[in-house]
Amino acid sequence: MTGVHSLLPEGQPGLLVSPVFGAEPHRGAEDLARYLATGGYTPLSSRDRLLDRIAGLGLRGRGGAGFPAAVKLRAVRDAPGRPVVVANGEEGEPGSVKDRWLLRHRPHLVLDGLRLAEALTGAGHGCVYLSDPLTEQAVRNALAERPTALRVDVVRTHPAYVAGEESAVVRRIDGGPALPTAKPPRPFEAGVGGAPTLVANVETLARIALMHACPDAAAAVAAAHLVTLSGPGGTDAALVEAPAGTRLKALADLCGHGTAEAVLLGGLFGGLYGPGWTDLPLDHDRLKAAGAALGCGALHFLRPQDCPVATAAEATAYLAAQSARQCGVCVSGTGALAGALTAVARGEAGEDPAEKLDRWSRQLPGRGACGLLDAAARIVATLLTHFPDRIGARHGSGCPACTHVVADDGRRFTVTVP
Amino acid sequence: MKLLLDSTRCQGYGLCQEPAPELIDLDEWGYAQVLLSDVPAQGAGAAEAAVAACPNSALRLVK
Repeated sequence: MTGVHSLLPEGQPGLLVSPVFGAEPHRGAEDLARYLATGGYTPLSSRDRLLDRIAGLGLRGRGGAGFPAAVKLRAVRDAPGRPVVVANGEEGEPGSVKDRWLLRHRPHLVLDGLRLAEALTGAGHGCVYLSDPLTEQAVRNALAERPTALRVDVVRTHPAYVAGEESAVVRRIDGGPALPTAKPPRPFEAGVGGAPTLVANVETLARIALMHACPDAAAAVAAAHLVTLSGPGGTDAALVEAPAGTRLKALADLCGHGTAEAVLLGGLFGGLYGPGWTDLPLDHDRLKAAGAALGCGALHFLRPQDCPVATAAEATAYLAAQSARQCGVCVSGTGALAGALTAVARGEAGEDPAEKLDRWSRQLPGRGACGLLDAAARIVATLLTHFPDRIGARHGSGCPACTHVVADDGRRFTVTVP
Repeated sequence: MKLLLDSTRCQGYGLCQEPAPELIDLDEWGYAQVLLSDVPAQGAGAAEAAVAACPNSALRLVK
């Protein structure tokens, strides 16, 4: 059972709780009357003022890349053609639940953010992109009672790791398969139907809506993060909203992971971090400086009995299985990484497996059409950095945690939506 | 001038590397890796030859 907790100071507006209704997280879907009572769907008097606020407070996109939201909004607004705005609710990371939770429980908050993004970019219409059936029902119910008349389509896809990547989103909305395309062009230049397209994560849109409704609290809203915490197999999991800079140890302690030996950051995107993870802060730039990445905010903790090699082997095997199989280098690269790590885990690696793993981890990043290959390479690179003594030819024969490494279905990393 | 590789189109024929060894390397699986995407003026001819050599139009030059 995944818990839901807010670590925000009492009275501060957040995505999980509204001070208007007390300190308990939302249960069920927030209906229009309750959303309006929080200050939702307030008319936008000045586009520039809201855009300047988003820029000035440094709101980052919450899909994974952490790109400045205002830069993306302005690029879409200024590109030639009538823009399209997309609320991206296809949460491909198995260890993240925040986007589906938001759309199921607070669909109006996301739709309000989409309405504001339409106004800020001058878009002609909007789209909500998702795969989860419960999420779709909540969004359709909210669209039916929403007070604005802007056209919003709901586009459903099949869930897959790459289905939420922005060029895959555009391709699916245009009627194709949900698979990434080569860049350039990026969607802000040529997206849905060739129009400049904003593909925004639903948490980003929710934060924009809350920054508009609560200008006095906008700085804290822009800085806070939704994070999904879990242990192996989705155990001791929680969805948490926390202020920027919160130490990861404080997050881990919330659900019994304080003694973890290591953490896998950013879903499968931010790599492993060994001893010392406890002092890392919840902050894009400071995590990057420490050689880690926050990504979508999913943190997977390894108990003392879990082996980083087993975790990395299953993570790369899952990524290899989830490859869109469009890029030869991704098929070969993820297959080689997963194969070599599985061999280490089984004690079947030849002499010096670290040498080729190190070479591949440097050679492969940036070479696929999307970031999946980069994620696999980063897991391997950080495994070598933080646990060099585990990558020996004989590791697997003496490691009880590595004896059952087989799954490539991501079950170790999957968390149930609360 | 930028030399761009569409990795979804690269089939590992390897024909691009010979005319432009300073711009393109082949990895151990045979797929092309662009070493220098900002092509210097003196490399323009080699870049054009590499683009023309690909049977699957995976490479392009953007001014």
